[in-house]
Amino acid sequence: MSRSLKKGPYIHPKLLKKIEEMNRRGERRVIKTWSRASVIFPQMVGHTIAVHDGRRHVPIYITEQMVGHRLGEFVPTRTFRGHIVKEKKTGRR
Amino acid sequence: MARIAGVDLPRNKRLEIALTYIYGIGLSRSHEIILKTGIDPDKRVKDLTEEEITRLRDVIERNYRVEGDLRREVQMNIKRLIDIGTYRGMRHKRNLPVRGQRTRTNARTRRGPRKTVPGKKRAPRK
Repeated sequence: MSRSLKKGPYIHPKLLKKIEEMNRRGERRVIKTWSRASVIFPQMVGHTIAVHDGRRHVPIYITEQMVGHRLGEFVPTRTFRGHIVKEKKTGRR
Repeated sequence: MARIAGVDLPRNKRLEIALTYIYGIGLSRSHEIILKTGIDPDKRVKDLTEEEITRLRDVIERNYRVEGDLRREVQMNIKRLIDIGTYRGMRHKRNLPVRGQRTRTNARTRRGPRKTVPGKKRAPRK
């Protein structure tokens, strides 16, 4: 089920505050955030946001197309380097 | 011969069902269309008059995106997800399930026929 329209899209309030502060001053700075669930707002376009992936903050440059998606969608949390290749059974013994 | 939205022409079926042979039209839309055109849903396609076919074609073309256009739209949506680098886009690219389903077992629709990996043995499996 989708979120109630009455509430509007979710964003971490502090994150929004920081973005708006930066827009007011015309600053461009990387903001670190843990809030992967926050929806990308039109105000964020052009900023770089470092989204936590569980280990590091991965910087993401926000483009217009990303509006409406969530921050976490752009930063994968899993590292998959392929399956282990088992060494061939050698006829020892 | 009823030819609507390109190449679709199912005969001998009831109109209600025949319309669902068009990509982008299921039973719900089929019913909507029939309601709008006021044709009997039980009538067979071969018994439709030219005028009725034109009416159908008109309603479908004006209100719905079907066949090629719809397919293109879907492809564009997927391409967009890939281009902006989302997780969902990645899953599309790798042909894995997109909506969080498990992949330890099943997921065969997306992954295709099983490819057995040599040396991979799991004991408790019948």
